[in-house]
Amino acid sequence: MSGFERKAVIAGVYEHPTRWAPDKTMFQIHAESARGVLADAGLTIKDVDGFFTSGVGPIGIMSLCEHLNINPRFLDSTSIGGSSFVAHVSHAAAAIAAGLCDVALITYGSTASSERFAVGTGGGFTGDPPDHFESSYGPTVVGSYAMCAQRHMHEFGTTSEQLAEIAVTIRRHASLNPAAKFRDLITVDDVLASRIVSSPLHLLDCCIISDGGGALVVTSAARARDLRKKPVQILGASEALCHTAAGVRDLTDMAAKQSGPRALSMAGVAHKDIDMCMVYDSFTITVLETLENLGFCRKGEGGAFVQDGRIGLGGELPINTDGGGLSSNHPGMRGMFLVIEATKQLRGECGARQVKDCAIALCHGTGGMLGLRHSGATLILGRD
Amino acid sequence: MAEKKYAKPLPRIDEESKGFWEACQRHELRVQKCHDCGAFRYYPRALCPHCLSDRTEWVLSSGRGTVYTFTVTHQNQAPGFRDALPYVMAYVELDEGVRMLTNIVDCDPAQVKIGMPVQVIFEDVTPEVTIPKFKPL
Ligand SMILES: [Zn+2]
Repeated sequence: MSGFERKAVIAGVYEHPTRWAPDKTMFQIHAESARGVLADAGLTIKDVDGFFTSGVGPIGIMSLCEHLNINPRFLDSTSIGGSSFVAHVSHAAAAIAAGLCDVALITYGSTASSERFAVGTGGGFTGDPPDHFESSYGPTVVGSYAMCAQRHMHEFGTTSEQLAEIAVTIRRHASLNPAAKFRDLITVDDVLASRIVSSPLHLLDCCIISDGGGALVVTSAARARDLRKKPVQILGASEALCHTAAGVRDLTDMAAKQSGPRALSMAGVAHKDIDMCMVYDSFTITVLETLENLGFCRKGEGGAFVQDGRIGLGGELPINTDGGGLSSNHPGMRGMFLVIEATKQLRGECGARQVKDCAIALCHGTGGMLGLRHSGATLILGRD
Repeated sequence: MAEKKYAKPLPRIDEESKGFWEACQRHELRVQKCHDCGAFRYYPRALCPHCLSDRTEWVLSSGRGTVYTFTVTHQNQAPGFRDALPYVMAYVELDEGVRMLTNIVDCDPAQVKIGMPVQVIFEDVTPEVTIPKFKPL
């Protein structure tokens, strides 16, 4: 049984092809992505009555609506880091199921790379209460994930070689994606030989930084019937948070542990039914812990699970077939691309990297800092 | 010799947190304990996040604990940290049971291990602010 009663579907996706855009503004990438997704769906900007975005500042959604000259009747700029756009899909589905809007446009744009924004090693400071007990100690995004990796290695004997296998597999997928930023194959030794950014994470354990963006259209199943592309079903969704829990959090737990089972249950599917996964790969450890917390293997077994080609194309659970944030693109918030690639896989549009007979896909976005506080958003999508 | 200006971020000391920071100035580590449900908490805040009681005791911590996890940071472009590389960021699990984010100092970063016993020390970084850090015991 679906909580959305299968009333909403993904009717269009668009990934902005750029990875380096010093000649473009962030709002321009949003607008070009909006144009691209509406063309994909066979809709016009006049059809849009719901708008969702994140990463444009606390009330930037209003400026962006002005830029696009739209007046939606439903607005949502939920901002929970890189998973935001995955969450927007379920928020849009709920709004559509409730009759609050009919054509939801979700856009993302960023010039993180050309502006030389230090995503992983510049440190962020919100001024919220926890910051005052953390910022003096030099937390970085990489460092916060690295502390989780260190604990995972300590508890379960996970090795750097096992983490490296994730980067190697995802790079192999990137080599099949003409739009990916890095397409040269790498080896486990290459990962281990790259410099340590924050121990135990090497440079090649970390996502790249790019410019880019993309967009999605979610609409009602009824409306999608006569649109251009075959709709993709939104079968299940859930989101969650994980924080330091007043000082007792287990750092090998992720928000995925809460959102994954709820989304699978809503979709009425089991792990064995999932044909491919798009997992937020800010770092190799993010992937390993996400697979464990989603329940694809038991806690501590992730290191073994990602070996032997299991997460590669042709394996039993191919992940990040587009090349992920580790190799294709990462403009700061990657949730958008998880949904785009999963949708394309379900529509059978992935060419050399197509997962054979792909019927059900799982997207899991992670946002924020894993070892401090982070969000998780899980989405189960199905072929019509 | 003139002191080099402290470039790392300083905590904002407000009504909810001043009990903690004032204790640090006296070189005491104080941990909040709920008077009603008995739970310890970190970071400090006015209401107990387990039962929302505002009846709080500031317990004097032993200042001892063990390293729960850590990372040696080799890259941080933020002012104050660029010059301090590599440094150790860690969660220390205090004897009182709560984990606090901190730095492990006064040792070679390569020596730090999970489970290592540590002891609080205090760095008086400005006339108003003292930051608790930990060193190997
Ligand atoms: Zn209490």
